[in-house]
Amino acid sequence: MEITAETVAFAIFAVFTLGGALGVVTMRNLFHAALMLILSLFGVAGLYILLTAPFLAAVQIMLYVAAVAILIIIAIMLTRSLMKAPIAANKQWEVSALIALIVLVSLVAVILQVSGGRVRSYWPQEPVGDVPADSITALGASLVDPDRYVLPFEVASVLILAAMIGAIVIVRSRPTS
Amino acid sequence: MGDIITTIGTFLTDLLSSLGMGPSAVEITIKIIVAAILGVFGIGLVIFTVWLERKVAGRIQDRLGPNRVGPYGIFQTVADAIKLLTKELITPAGADKVPYNIAPVFSVLGVLLIWAVVPFTTNAIASDLNVAVLYIVAVGAFGVLAVLMAGWSSNNKYALLGALRVVAQTISYEVPLVLSLLVPVMLAGTMSTQGIVEAQPIWYIVYVPVAAFVFFVSSLAEVGRPPFDLLEAESELVAGFHIEYSGMRFAMFFLAEFMHAFAISALTAVLFLGGWRGPWVQQYPTLGFVYLGIKTMVVYFVVMWVRCTVPRVRIDQMLNLNWKFLVPLSLVNVLMVAILGKLPLRLSEEQVAEVLQNTPWVEWAFGPEFMAELPRAVLFLLANAALVIVVLALLGVYARRERRKVEALVDEGEFSAPQPAAAHQ
Amino acid sequence: MSINEWTFIAIFLIVAALIPVAAIVLGALLGPRKPNPVKVQTYECGMETHGDTWVQIKAAYYIFALVFLVFDVEVVFLFPWAVAYNQLPLFAVIEGVVFILILAAALVYVWQKGALEWV
Repeated sequence: MEITAETVAFAIFAVFTLGGALGVVTMRNLFHAALMLILSLFGVAGLYILLTAPFLAAVQIMLYVAAVAILIIIAIMLTRSLMKAPIAANKQWEVSALIALIVLVSLVAVILQVSGGRVRSYWPQEPVGDVPADSITALGASLVDPDRYVLPFEVASVLILAAMIGAIVIVRSRPTS
Repeated sequence: MGDIITTIGTFLTDLLSSLGMGPSAVEITIKIIVAAILGVFGIGLVIFTVWLERKVAGRIQDRLGPNRVGPYGIFQTVADAIKLLTKELITPAGADKVPYNIAPVFSVLGVLLIWAVVPFTTNAIASDLNVAVLYIVAVGAFGVLAVLMAGWSSNNKYALLGALRVVAQTISYEVPLVLSLLVPVMLAGTMSTQGIVEAQPIWYIVYVPVAAFVFFVSSLAEVGRPPFDLLEAESELVAGFHIEYSGMRFAMFFLAEFMHAFAISALTAVLFLGGWRGPWVQQYPTLGFVYLGIKTMVVYFVVMWVRCTVPRVRIDQMLNLNWKFLVPLSLVNVLMVAILGKLPLRLSEEQVAEVLQNTPWVEWAFGPEFMAELPRAVLFLLANAALVIVVLALLGVYARRERRKVEALVDEGEFSAPQPAAAHQ
Repeated sequence: MSINEWTFIAIFLIVAALIPVAAIVLGALLGPRKPNPVKVQTYECGMETHGDTWVQIKAAYYIFALVFLVFDVEVVFLFPWAVAYNQLPLFAVIEGVVFILILAAALVYVWQKGALEWV
């Protein structure tokens, strides 16, 4: 494989993503685990940029790093008992490791199309076409195009409204002390 | 002399090529040089703005401000920097070392990165991203992270409380900030900052003063400038999240705040005041630096002015101002722009030519684009004025009701300071 | 726009991180380094620290973070729409308007429920 600037960048971001993910599950301190999660999400944003999808990268940082991760950190701070002692070892880690392994194997099998001992790569071999320069405009237009994604677009907003209502109902129903 | 950027660019390319570098190596080297210049510029500027701010604050409060070190005290900040450099870096007992050390770096990083997408003149922008507007919001995440890490790792109650307040404030004000950013994006049809400047033959503050106001106020809150400095309120939180930092580590937080205040001034100038636009800038691009500088300074003066005159808000007031005023206002504003923008009010080329025949000085002063956009701008301005009147009327009704409540309490003889409205159960 | 523009961002990211690191390292070299147990104590208005640092925080912080997250997700959908706005027919613009109205309904709901009060 030829080593270009792009492959080096890919390797760095992949290390961020995987290393961060590994940190999330191995860190004893929950706050450190949350920071590792952020590193992992940041790596994914970098991968999006390499795929010439800068809009997705910006959204990744805006939503996941700046919103979801911070929500998680605040949730950690809310649960006082978790803050003091390191997390007790989870008794179910063997089960979850097994499930994770099964998911990994099936994903690899689907991607590589393992059938009858023969392995065939599923990746498209021919180079993909260039991304159009104004892909964001195209995205915006297709989101509200009646022939394309207008229904999912509007349904998404209703879904988010429902999520908001659900969140408020859950948070409010507890007696606040 | 007209185009300083091209001149320097050509000079550097020739110089590096003559040293025997390949074209891609030359490109990377130039990028590194630009990055270093931008970084040093961003930080060097603070030495000046801190002095300026202290001087202006002094004058507003009828004091002299710094006046001992150098003429007009201009080297005061340099002296302060040297002092901070020679101070001990104290790490508090029980601190979480790694986040504690990363936090000040992140706080500078988050602000410095904004300068990458500020267009300085027609051909000088470090990186003309097509998602620049979202990029500006996204790099803000570094700042929030820095504060959370500092607050968490300092092992101090004030620091933790201050950090939580910062997070509550910055994430709250991000909503109106992003909603007000939508407006210039809609008008210009692009998220590139350079594209937004180019689409402003008439400044967007004329089209959408309400969006400019919302952007400015929520940016102030993002920076944590007074009146939104309850995050580091000296009198209650003793500096908040950076209480346990000393020496250069503290200086980094300080630096980041001043840099951020200046960066939002520049962004306001770029998004709403036409950025580098001004007379003869197309012929002499170097003038763009001057125009952007002047506009940024004007906005920065308002930032300082607000700092010196408006008292600090309470946390419930801060949240109410955001969720019950700025967010609804910016939603209505986006709706208004979305509907008005579709009215066919842009003049065609023939109409423009006809008007310009009678008034040639308009073309000379502003260009034909200005004329074509004028009816649209006037309509937008009128709609915004109507919106402002309605909002002020609503605020008046609200204020009267609140006053009545307090008066009723006084009549009953049980006066106390007005309480925040009780929660609806 | 190309990946080239992002190369600069990557370089700038490194340079922008190196500048504060350099400043702090310089500060560490120039400054004294004499820690003692009293000096490194947590600062708390002249008193010795009492109890745990990580006191339980208000649940209200979490509610505001949730509401913010929901709004952020909505607004992100609006940005491509805003970029395409000038080329969209009136019908498509109205769809965006409907989207914003649903967002406004969410705001009215949380407001009515009192989730926006700082109690």
